[in-house]
Amino acid sequence: MIAVALWSVAALLALAPAAIALSMRPRGSVVLYGACLVITAALCATALLHLLDPAHPVLSATLPIGLPWLGAHVRLDALSAFFLFVINLGGAAASLFALGYGRHEDSPGRVLPFYPAYLAAMNVVVLANDAFSFLVAWEFMSLTSWAMVVSHHREAENVRAGYVYLLMASFGTLALLLAFGLLASGAGYDFDAIRASHPSAALTGMVVILVLLGAGSKAGLVPLHAWLPLAHPAAPSHVSGLMSGVMTKVAVYGFVRIVFDLLPEPVWWWSMVVLLVGGPTATLGVLYALMQRDIKRVLAFSTIENIGIIFTGLGLALAFKAQGLDWVAALAFTAAMLHVFNHALFKSLLFFGAGAVLGATGERDMEKLGGLIHQMPKTAFAVLVGCVAISALPPFNGFVSEWLTFQAILLSPQLPSWGLKLAIPAVGGLLALAAALAAACFVKLYGISFLGRPRSDVAASAQETDRFSLTAMLLLAGLCLIAGILPGLLIDALAPVSKDMVGNVMPHQVGLQWLTIVPIAESRSSYNGLLVFVFAALCGTAAASAIHRLASDRLRRAPAWDCGYPDPNPAIQYSASSFSQPIRRVFGSIIFAAREVGEMPPPSSPRPARLQVELHDLIWDALYAPIAKVVGFATDRINILQFLTIRRYLTLVFVALIVLLLVVAL
Amino acid sequence: MNALRDILSQGAQMLLVLGLAPLLTGFVRKVKARLLRRRGPPLLQPYRDLVRLMRKDVVLADNASWLFRVIPYLMFAGTWVAASLVPTFGNGLLFSWTADLIAIIALLGSARFFQALAGMDVGTAFGGIGSSREVMIASLAEPAMLITVFSVAMIAGSTQLATVAEFMGSDAVGLRVSLGMAFVALTIVALAENARIPVDNPATHLELTMVHEAMVLEYSGRHLALIDLSSQLKLLLYVSLIACVFLPWGMAPADASVGRFLFGALLYLGKLTALGLLLALFETAIAKMRVFRIPEFLGAALMLALLATLLRFVSGSL
Repeated sequence: MIAVALWSVAALLALAPAAIALSMRPRGSVVLYGACLVITAALCATALLHLLDPAHPVLSATLPIGLPWLGAHVRLDALSAFFLFVINLGGAAASLFALGYGRHEDSPGRVLPFYPAYLAAMNVVVLANDAFSFLVAWEFMSLTSWAMVVSHHREAENVRAGYVYLLMASFGTLALLLAFGLLASGAGYDFDAIRASHPSAALTGMVVILVLLGAGSKAGLVPLHAWLPLAHPAAPSHVSGLMSGVMTKVAVYGFVRIVFDLLPEPVWWWSMVVLLVGGPTATLGVLYALMQRDIKRVLAFSTIENIGIIFTGLGLALAFKAQGLDWVAALAFTAAMLHVFNHALFKSLLFFGAGAVLGATGERDMEKLGGLIHQMPKTAFAVLVGCVAISALPPFNGFVSEWLTFQAILLSPQLPSWGLKLAIPAVGGLLALAAALAAACFVKLYGISFLGRPRSDVAASAQETDRFSLTAMLLLAGLCLIAGILPGLLIDALAPVSKDMVGNVMPHQVGLQWLTIVPIAESRSSYNGLLVFVFAALCGTAAASAIHRLASDRLRRAPAWDCGYPDPNPAIQYSASSFSQPIRRVFGSIIFAAREVGEMPPPSSPRPARLQVELHDLIWDALYAPIAKVVGFATDRINILQFLTIRRYLTLVFVALIVLLLVVAL
Repeated sequence: MNALRDILSQGAQMLLVLGLAPLLTGFVRKVKARLLRRRGPPLLQPYRDLVRLMRKDVVLADNASWLFRVIPYLMFAGTWVAASLVPTFGNGLLFSWTADLIAIIALLGSARFFQALAGMDVGTAFGGIGSSREVMIASLAEPAMLITVFSVAMIAGSTQLATVAEFMGSDAVGLRVSLGMAFVALTIVALAENARIPVDNPATHLELTMVHEAMVLEYSGRHLALIDLSSQLKLLLYVSLIACVFLPWGMAPADASVGRFLFGALLYLGKLTALGLLLALFETAIAKMRVFRIPEFLGAALMLALLATLLRFVSGSL
């Protein structure tokens, strides 16, 4: 099996140079995305087979490439198989979507060669079994995605996004490099050797912080999230879907692999750090998302929220594992992994939907859209499913993972540590707030862009997207529903992963009455998505048939009533900014330092009054702006060195030599 | 035999909540009118309104989409399922394990999600203002509700309503500060979620004050009937929820006799009457708030719920 995986990765890598030639051909993109679809689908199937294999074998191999005498170690265990499955499911969906969407690309040469390389890099990260291959693949993943972020380099916004992304990615890799440096100091690069070593408590603590910085910056944890809402929307939509839905999961993998697998037993304060980063990330991410009017930026910020939920689950798992309550740790860990899978499904779906809208209208600004449900009914349906799923509403999949996370929180009074006793309810409150705000955010996204009346000509004349893109979206929407009504299957499939990582599993779910999921005991909590779905569907159809039989089923069309003042101008509708204004008033003054300034024209002037809103990203202002300022200041000073005469340069070299000789002599 | 009784009791529960919901609304209206020294509409007026609406044609805005026509059914289905899962007269309901308290909140959340979308479908300013305010209120009320549920669930050791009710009815509960706080928080949330004074006043058509009515302004005929019925069901759900968690006495256990069930139903009617009276009293005694004071009102619920949960984390007995 590992051979299949490796050959598929090799095939993806081989596709990259071939794509340069293909990009010159008119149908080149179709061939390339078709090939990627086949390979990722094969990888996805391989991973699933390995995950479902009852023996759960750990396969490993050493390749004769990489560092001399060390080679490249690869390994396929349950954790890698699960992430391989998620990556390639997302990859296959993105390739299918791109079969249609990729044809809109005006400069295919800037995307096509990097796309298969990017997929291959993500696969290698989860297969790598030594620090060197891991880091090389990690950096390769960053660089190929960076190349696609700046593929539309004529827009100044994208270039800035690429610049910030490159800086943050380098910072993240540096942090991981240091983490591995600390770990490898006693054991070497090989993961097996690191697993077997017994590093000191101080060292592992530092490693946890460094990994949180490194993987967290890739995943988008606040305050390292600054690059994500810039970079994810800048890439072509199928790549945005991969970056948001899948690459952030590779970052989660990095965190899980190092903290849960390579390090020895956790200490309780690790979980405190992870929880105190995860909870605020969830709430802040969705609050930022609510303030945006660019569809893809809303989605990118919402990824930050979901990453916060995943890390909260991981933090809970660490807390319980540190106290030896490994059966609750298994619950929290499974919830986090389930959310990894769910988020990959609905975030890819939503980004594809945004891509379809972008392809049909050329607009990402919600305030220029509207009424698309009439022009693009199928896309509108698929996106609606994605919006309901991501808002954590039953019977879709997002609800199940949040429900499991809440169940884990409800068990936390059992923890003896006082810090955690105070932190976990607060984090639970933040998660509840995030869930409610997410629903508001996606009502806004869907209501403004798909419902109402078209706000611009492009929105009024939009055309339904092509059938490949539609198939990809509808497939993902179907998976969202299936994962929501049959979560027991997924929980059981995740058992080997949780067994390896936290040493225990959730109770076996399939085979319980009516496929109910029961995390601990039936008297404590249980949820049955299938029955809720069937129950609601029956009630809805019963009501519909009763009403159509007994009551009037006549229908007349008429102009909108609107309290008797119908206005033909679509500008009177609520816009994205006005929709979020109440929430901005509640939360904005503290979190965004929001200020509204109403500018009234002087009397007798026909100029319209204007309402200006100022929002600040306080984290950017407090953290990044000062760093940028210091760097700018230092470079300005050093800049003098660039314009010296040859005599002065020679003097500098001479002085440097003398100083060095002095150092050596002393 | 057992299976038959289970199905019957579950079916009775579903029909009971559906049948009683308009009556509760009519009762609260009547009491309010009497408190204001008006005669008020007859007790059965909500039923008549529903029948009248059902008989009328639907007048649909020209650009309403298919979603607009489906949403009343979705809302009704979500609310009805949620309402049938709250134990009312008997405890051991057949499908009580399908969804716990968190899932019931999420089901109501689905109904609200679709209602807010419906407000934006036709593309009028009123729908937008309603939806936008509704999600603002919900974004505070829902977490308050969830955290209240946390505190209650931690005291009872379960999020399963049947177990919670059983525990709350037993002697093991005692008097707890956290329960008192949770009760106040839940009451505030119930007022906000059901568009009651002081948060919202569906009886007016003043654009400055209304939230719920603004969203459903474009609905008519059978669609409006379903939406009205859903909101009546939602009120009944919250009242039954408060009754089930804080006044769980007299509920029939799963294997009770018919007489015991009837006694439970009678007691449930009594609880509804008492809570309905209290609601009417509260609503006549207080004035409608400005929209931007609502966050403070709901913030109080959020704080109380969080305090209750913290107390529970810190001390086992409070």
